Amino acid sequence: MSAAWTNIATSAHSLLERLPLLARDFTTDWLPESARWLANSLITIATVVVAFASLFALLTIVERKVLARVQNRPGPNRVGIPFTKIKLFGLGQPLADGIKMLTKEDIVPRAADQVLHFLAPVALLAFSILTFAVIPFGRQLVPLELDAGVLYFFAAGAATELAVFMAGWASHNKYSLLAAMRALAQLISYELPLLLSIVPVVMLAGSLSTVGIVEKQAGWTWGFVPHWHVFTPWGAAGFAIFFVAALAESNRSPFDRPEAESELIAGHLTEYSGFKYALFFMAEYFGMCALCGMGVTLFLGGWQAPLPFLEIIPSYFWFAAKLLTLLFVFMWIRATLPRLRIDQLTRLAWKFLVPLALINLGVAVFWALTADWTGAIRAIRWIVAGALIVGPFVLIGRKLSSGIAPRTYRYAT
Amino acid sequence: MLGSGLLQGLAVTAKNLVGSFHDPARLTTVEYPEQRTKLPEAYRNFPFLVSENATDPMGTLRCVACQICEKECPPQCIYIEKSKDKKPDATGRPQLYPTVFDIDTSVCMSCQICVEVCPFDAIKMDQVFEIATTDRFTALLLDREQLAKPNDYYHTIHPTEAAEVDARLAAERKAAAEKAAAAAAKAAAAKPAAVAGLGEAGAPGSSTPATTKPPAA
Repeated sequence: MSAAWTNIATSAHSLLERLPLLARDFTTDWLPESARWLANSLITIATVVVAFASLFALLTIVERKVLARVQNRPGPNRVGIPFTKIKLFGLGQPLADGIKMLTKEDIVPRAADQVLHFLAPVALLAFSILTFAVIPFGRQLVPLELDAGVLYFFAAGAATELAVFMAGWASHNKYSLLAAMRALAQLISYELPLLLSIVPVVMLAGSLSTVGIVEKQAGWTWGFVPHWHVFTPWGAAGFAIFFVAALAESNRSPFDRPEAESELIAGHLTEYSGFKYALFFMAEYFGMCALCGMGVTLFLGGWQAPLPFLEIIPSYFWFAAKLLTLLFVFMWIRATLPRLRIDQLTRLAWKFLVPLALINLGVAVFWALTADWTGAIRAIRWIVAGALIVGPFVLIGRKLSSGIAPRTYRYAT
Repeated sequence: MLGSGLLQGLAVTAKNLVGSFHDPARLTTVEYPEQRTKLPEAYRNFPFLVSENATDPMGTLRCVACQICEKECPPQCIYIEKSKDKKPDATGRPQLYPTVFDIDTSVCMSCQICVEVCPFDAIKMDQVFEIATTDRFTALLLDREQLAKPNDYYHTIHPTEAAEVDARLAAERKAAAEKAAAAAAKAAAAKPAAVAGLGEAGAPGSSTPATTKPPAA
């Protein structure tokens, strides 16, 4: 009886697990063999774009809600279903915003470079969408399985910087240009810790393939501690560095330097209006989602379930849950931290994150060399690796903040 | 240690995030069109004309069309036309009244100068803020029918001030009544003498004692 029950559960689970692929094959089954490959790819692309576009719509309202709640306000809660009294906690707001953005006038400055001004948001969005191609959303669900997926991801992600500068240059506006230059300085500064923080992952997984890296994180120690990279000393440090760099790469608070409205109007978005402006925001959220997805893939075990018995829930659900958690932390941080000054921002990258990421590389080497230590000396392995990370963190932190922190206030407490 | 401040900050925001869901007292805003907070008594904007009686607002306006407010108004948003006849005012004296009293609220800057210069307590500051209209030309030009609001309304929006005004007006009314009574008594006492000597001077004084006095000095 119980065996039969387990059997049913397993088959149901595997059905759920393969459901997206089955649905795709079902729709393209009637096509000839040669056209099926193209149709399958197009369906995959459409699904990813539609899924993340709706996630973008949801995120805009959720972010405003979270920020409002942190400030003890209810947040936008008026727009529901049109022509009815149903408000649905304001979930119709993204739709209303979209209609508003579409109907707004699209102004292009006379002095602007017409072609580049148009191409910048398109390029930004295109590069952001490209990055989704190598993220494994589930056990079988990766749009494009590349051997050098990680490399591809960061190459496509780095190309968005070009689009930001395109926008700043094409606008023919001093604020846009200054902001674009700042954005470039910031993005290039943080590209380094971002890439250095993922080198240990690639080293220890021995693969540049995102699918391979996720599969390396399968299994549990003692049946309940997942083999995710974040649960190792170098992984925890790498994830922290990756997270800070990802915040900066996606221009999120506290690194939203390029759109510091108090000094740069709206940064490189100054001369953009209407739907092009919305495209920039869409690209920003896509970039944020892609970086969070990469963080999940590299450090948080990708689509792996946190506990063995939870594997009954399909893998893409676990990926979505981890992704949404990371996105929530992004919002939480935005609600908490004030914006950094440009010199503080670059100092954090070059004097703090880069040295720590380099040290972390050494820790990862130590970890890889001591992989065969067993028994009691495993504790030594943990202690040494932990000390190698916490020690430099405290020392560099103390050196950098000496004379600066803690700040004393003469009149306030 | 480095980063502890960040964690403290995150703890504070998390506390507010969670607290705002289970503790409604934390919420600092109200759902405006459905819920409203009571305005502070000192809140003021846009003047209105005080009438004594809600059933006959035009007949019981305190305004006597003296046009002081019209002359004092810095943006000159008040327009008054005097009546040809007279009606008794708040203290019972016959006075002129405004046949036209317009305030252009698109020009009015809510400075309260009209209220401060009015010797008759006839114009007071209102507490309206939902004055959006679809027609910015005629709908923002308020005439005396739209401006007239009863004294009871004044009591609801500015209770302390209204009570003080009412007390003062009652005292004036009483003083005027006493003066009238005194004048009447004097006239009655002087009548025998007047009949004897100064008949032409005493006759108009005894019939309308109030009008010969300057109004509310």
